[in-house]
Amino acid sequence: MQADLIQEARRQAEICHACRYCEGYCSVFPALHRERFLTDGDITQLANLCHNCRGCYYACQYTAPHEFDLNLPKALAEVRRNSWESYAWPAPVARKFHTHGGAIAIASVLGFAAMFLAIRLIGSAGGDGFYAAFSHGAMVAIFLPAFFFPLASLAISLKKYWSSVGGTRIDLKSVARAFGMAAEMRDLSGGHGDGCNFEEEDRFSHARRHAHQAILYGFLLCFASTSAGTLMHYFLDMPAPYPLWSLPKLFGIPGGVLLTGGCAWMMSLKLRSDRTLGDGNAWGGDFGFIALLGFVALSGLALYVLGSTAAMPLLLALHLGSVLSFFLLTPFTKMAHGFYRLTALIRDAQQKQA
Amino acid sequence: MAHDVVVIGGGNAALCAAMTAAEAGASVLILETAPKAYRGGNSRHTRNFRCMHKGPLGPLVDDYSEDEYLADLMKVTAGKTDGDLARLAIRSSEECLPWMQDHGVHFQPSLSGTLSLARTNAFFMGGGKSLVNAYYRTAAKLGIDVLYEAQVTHLELAGDQIAWIDYSHGGEIHRITPKAVVVASGGFQADTEWLTRAWGPAAKNFLIRGTPYNRGVVLADLLDQGVQSVGDADQCHAVAIDGRAPKFDGGIVTRLDCVPFSIVVNKNAERFYDEGEDVWPKRYAIWGRLVAAQPDQVGYVIIDAKSLNLFMPSVFPPLKADTIEDLARQMGLPADRLRSTVDDFNAACGDQTGFHPTELDGVATSGLTPAKTNWARPITEPPFYGYSLRTGVTFTYLGLKVDENAQCSTQDGPIKNLWAAGETMAGSILGQGYLAGFGMTIGTVFGRIAGREAAAHAS
Repeated sequence: MQADLIQEARRQAEICHACRYCEGYCSVFPALHRERFLTDGDITQLANLCHNCRGCYYACQYTAPHEFDLNLPKALAEVRRNSWESYAWPAPVARKFHTHGGAIAIASVLGFAAMFLAIRLIGSAGGDGFYAAFSHGAMVAIFLPAFFFPLASLAISLKKYWSSVGGTRIDLKSVARAFGMAAEMRDLSGGHGDGCNFEEEDRFSHARRHAHQAILYGFLLCFASTSAGTLMHYFLDMPAPYPLWSLPKLFGIPGGVLLTGGCAWMMSLKLRSDRTLGDGNAWGGDFGFIALLGFVALSGLALYVLGSTAAMPLLLALHLGSVLSFFLLTPFTKMAHGFYRLTALIRDAQQKQA
Repeated sequence: MAHDVVVIGGGNAALCAAMTAAEAGASVLILETAPKAYRGGNSRHTRNFRCMHKGPLGPLVDDYSEDEYLADLMKVTAGKTDGDLARLAIRSSEECLPWMQDHGVHFQPSLSGTLSLARTNAFFMGGGKSLVNAYYRTAAKLGIDVLYEAQVTHLELAGDQIAWIDYSHGGEIHRITPKAVVVASGGFQADTEWLTRAWGPAAKNFLIRGTPYNRGVVLADLLDQGVQSVGDADQCHAVAIDGRAPKFDGGIVTRLDCVPFSIVVNKNAERFYDEGEDVWPKRYAIWGRLVAAQPDQVGYVIIDAKSLNLFMPSVFPPLKADTIEDLARQMGLPADRLRSTVDDFNAACGDQTGFHPTELDGVATSGLTPAKTNWARPITEPPFYGYSLRTGVTFTYLGLKVDENAQCSTQDGPIKNLWAAGETMAGSILGQGYLAGFGMTIGTVFGRIAGREAAAHAS
């Protein structure tokens, strides 16, 4: 962890500690006020509780040009990204992608190329639908490790995070509370329910919360679609392609639409937001990540619509390539935030109970 | 375009007046002397609104009756108030709270560490700046025009009305002739020269807790023309704050809550007042004056390790030392005299078994002058901690005298088109002393009255 970032966040948090006006906005402030002296672990925990809603920034009497120069959303965003980089495994990869949208683009292109090559070299093993372009066995051989590697990597990172913030034995009640908070994105509601400040200075709006919900639930539906397909393939002997009235499609189509729309909406909000209130260095990486996630969804939908045309093999390579890059980059991009946030919310719930 | 109503000032009272006038159909212009980043005057530093209520209201619990509210006011002002205006402010406060919510203000439960105010004071979520932001948003929706960095230099009083306003903006002088004018531009505390005239040279060492833009330009201009005043120039809301606070705009985080658990000495290392007279929320306002009366207008608070976690932290960490002598050196105090002051105090402490940090516990010194009448525990446990204390002025009370319609007057009677609201007329109600959250009550109540009257006059 970078000591200067922690120290700057601590300087600001101590001013907040003496003020307390923002107590009602989100989970950060009650947690901040619980501790009289903030350790490095406390600062890291606060950083991962912060959703960058900016309510506290616009309400703050001490923002520049005031000499106290408070910009807590930015200070915490920098600590947050730094914590993800530090706890990532392997760490050097994370340093590349969090701050470089270009690196994400290159990784995506490499993903496409890999899938083109794979389709060309391996090709079909005589299946139907997409398997007519690329064999099921080869897909599994590529995507099974690509799915489990990020999970293993994240597990290592979260374990480091957990011990740095002093987490204790995980109890079901704290987990349930954390999932409840995340499911509603309560920390983006502004505390008063009118939403946060993001795309238009101090105006409260639910735009970012709703865009985020579209992405979250869109992603979960897509994941459910893939999972349903996998189960049907292996346990019910029902290989793809699936008809419209089947679980993979019933989950996948609304999921893809939500995810595509949510990512587009989030990108437009991000373009309108004030970049100086976040981690300026991570802006490109975050934007690149959202674009990649949106492309995963969009190419998936395109594949559904144009799956029986001559464009299918090309679209398949693009879609699978983006999925591959997305999976592999998960521990090293903004995608990691969901896992850290949940972990931070579980820790917060523990501390509230204590 | 010519506006019906011009509001001078850009804080809570000004915005309440402007919104009320605009809702009554008037076209309104706000002239705010601060740049946008510093708009809102002292309101940006406030945190709550003292509100009468029968039964739970918004974030407020239980009841807070008119009589109890008035009694609280009488206690702090020692009766130096205008009873009619005070009752008007108190009575109207109840209907203000929902009005504030309707105009965008969000409230939150009483902050941690301020539970004693949960019944009487409604806290703004995010504090006063978020209230100010919400009001500017609402004002924009109502079509109110706002000019920042617009310094009003003169209001021409011709007979019984204001004939024109001169202000500078963007390097040019402008003259406008609105039908009605509301002055809500605060006190004069940021004008150190004026403060020095009123207080003597001691005032040079005062810190100003709020906006540097309240220099009393409009107030002086009107008083010079014979507009009736109220309050004394040396009366103000002044508290003892951390001596390292910035000259202006330090706000809430510079307060020090540790006095009840400390001994406080002057630069000669002598105690000068009972640190344990009452709980801090009831006593912090008198310490501003106590410190102002000490040489160099500075005090030094000394606590030991056992008291460090009994109060809300200040923004500045305390000085820390393993011995009283070393702490004295760090603070620039005569070490031997501080030693003997601490020794005398320690020797006068008695039974401490009843010590209770949040209640008057009667744990007192005996045979010591001045006595410490509560929370008197010897300063013995290293490390020892020290803070310096200075006088922090919130706002001055010399202001414009108004009637129940917030209307200003000369000796010859009311000025037909001039109203005042907020700190610039608060001296009408606060002759001395202060009641937490009452400034925002006065601003909101009289801002709305002024806006209503100004709009009625303009139509």
